[in-house]
Amino acid sequence: MTIAALNANPAPAILPGSGGLRGALSDLFWRRPQLLLLLMLLPPVLWLGIVYIGSLFALLAQSFFSIDEFSGLINRQFTLKTYGDLLQAANLDIILRTVTMAALVTLASAIVAFPIAYYAARYARGRWKALFYLGVMLPLWSSYLVKIYAWKLILAKEGILTWLLAKLHLLWLLDSWLSLPVVGGNSLSVSFTGTFIVFVYVWLPFMILPVQAALERVPGNLVEASSDLGASPGQTFRNVLFPLALPGIVAGSIFTFSLTLGDYIIPQIIGTSRLFIGQAVYSQQGTAGNIPLAAAFTVVPIVIMGFYLWGAKRMGAFDAL
Amino acid sequence: MRSDRSQSAPLGLKIAAACGLLFLHLPILLIFVYAFTTEEKSFVWPPPGLTTQWFAVTWNRPDVWQALSLSVRVAAISTTIALVLGTLCAAAVSRTKFFGRETISLLVILPIALPGIITGIALRSAFALADIPFSFWTIVLGHATFCVVVVYNNAVARFRRTSGSMIEASMDLGADGFQTFRHVVLPNIATALLAGGMLAFALSFDEVIVTTFTAGQQQTVPIWMLEELIRPRQRPVTNVVAMVVVLVTLLPILFAYYLTRDGDQIAGSGK
Repeated sequence: MTIAALNANPAPAILPGSGGLRGALSDLFWRRPQLLLLLMLLPPVLWLGIVYIGSLFALLAQSFFSIDEFSGLINRQFTLKTYGDLLQAANLDIILRTVTMAALVTLASAIVAFPIAYYAARYARGRWKALFYLGVMLPLWSSYLVKIYAWKLILAKEGILTWLLAKLHLLWLLDSWLSLPVVGGNSLSVSFTGTFIVFVYVWLPFMILPVQAALERVPGNLVEASSDLGASPGQTFRNVLFPLALPGIVAGSIFTFSLTLGDYIIPQIIGTSRLFIGQAVYSQQGTAGNIPLAAAFTVVPIVIMGFYLWGAKRMGAFDAL
Repeated sequence: MRSDRSQSAPLGLKIAAACGLLFLHLPILLIFVYAFTTEEKSFVWPPPGLTTQWFAVTWNRPDVWQALSLSVRVAAISTTIALVLGTLCAAAVSRTKFFGRETISLLVILPIALPGIITGIALRSAFALADIPFSFWTIVLGHATFCVVVVYNNAVARFRRTSGSMIEASMDLGADGFQTFRHVVLPNIATALLAGGMLAFALSFDEVIVTTFTAGQQQTVPIWMLEELIRPRQRPVTNVVAMVVVLVTLLPILFAYYLTRDGDQIAGSGK
């Protein structure tokens, strides 16, 4: 473009106001930014406040009701009896089992996720970077049920895993693992090991993405400086990489932990008949009709996640999301 | 140029990363093989034979089509609601600092930070208390609530990268608030919104836990699949539906990726 063309249509220094209702509104928002802010926040806060927080409180309120054991009717009077029921050995077992599983799944996802995230953040370039990103995004967004279904196919007694191990002459390994007391069972698809594998598989991408985001922010020369100063790769990992990746790991663990705590479909389809919190809630509100106990059960993950989120926020994990 | 560009990764890291990616992808590929198996009663591997007859069988199943139509309608409306609410919230949170700002972002994240079963049972008991019968709209209500966060996350990330000086420049050059939004803000965030919308759509299309509590007797595709997983009626049809669902969700994800990738290269978007 030539200078003449630019000069042909000189813009006035001060434009006239656009006038009308639109101009007035625009001016009003400019003078009173608080008003604009309020108008922007109102719809989402109202929606989440009424629909979500409202129903959450309605649920919590019901945990202070109790169920009449003879008539099966809900007694709408304040009581802590339902929380007392929660402390029965059978229910404590369910809570402990779920929290243990969530912790193990989180740990395993972090271990499997780290190499993928680190490679993608530090070494992958150009086309490989895109490939890695898609390689994580596609499984993340693939259908949850399809993924569980795929594992049902894999872990079935007549399925591909047994076939593969038979070809490798390793069936004895599978059999001796399955004969172990807690983690074993008739086949992998009806054992805690199966539940564990599927949990790790389904939530793994939720761990990879925040860890990768955290590692992207670590400058490469920091790692070089560490090795220049004589640190072994192990020391660099412990003292440089790991602390810097920690907010990302914590951010990822929010998902893996919380999702495992509340899931009732994976242990129902692949797992034993011993219940997890989610299944307990589902059966209490459904077949048993004991809404107060179901509500009290849901308070457990809420409290655990409350502490978890509070701690995560203090570690700066929300910036890594 | 960054100094680490020429280095190559240690072998152990390469192997660990490759194994991790294989672990993520092989199970999904397996679904594609099973869609063609001739075996009807079990999950036997290797498949005794290959056939395409199950595609025709599935095509003629009205229950599959009904579930698909419901899922698409729910996802479309939930995504629209989430787009509006998520963008408003992201704009408010990223543009200004105000009292309770942290609380707002926590409020948005909460529906996915808390387990889905809590959202589900809370909504169901609220519907019961308020005497709201289950309908199309009760499903939408639940889905929109947790879809907001996906749009919000995408929009907030883009707002952070869009420098405030561009908005000030636009105002200095005489554009009013609406013009600035239309010509400066919107082009900057459009691809992030489209990507967020696609992801919200995929999230809603796939959601099963909250839906089981808010759907009543209606069947979305995931509910249909869950039903088949618990009480299998015709395994080959489930295989085919599973494969189609994988393919259908693949497209919006690839497209969302394509959009956000280009968005990173918008001139002047700064850091």
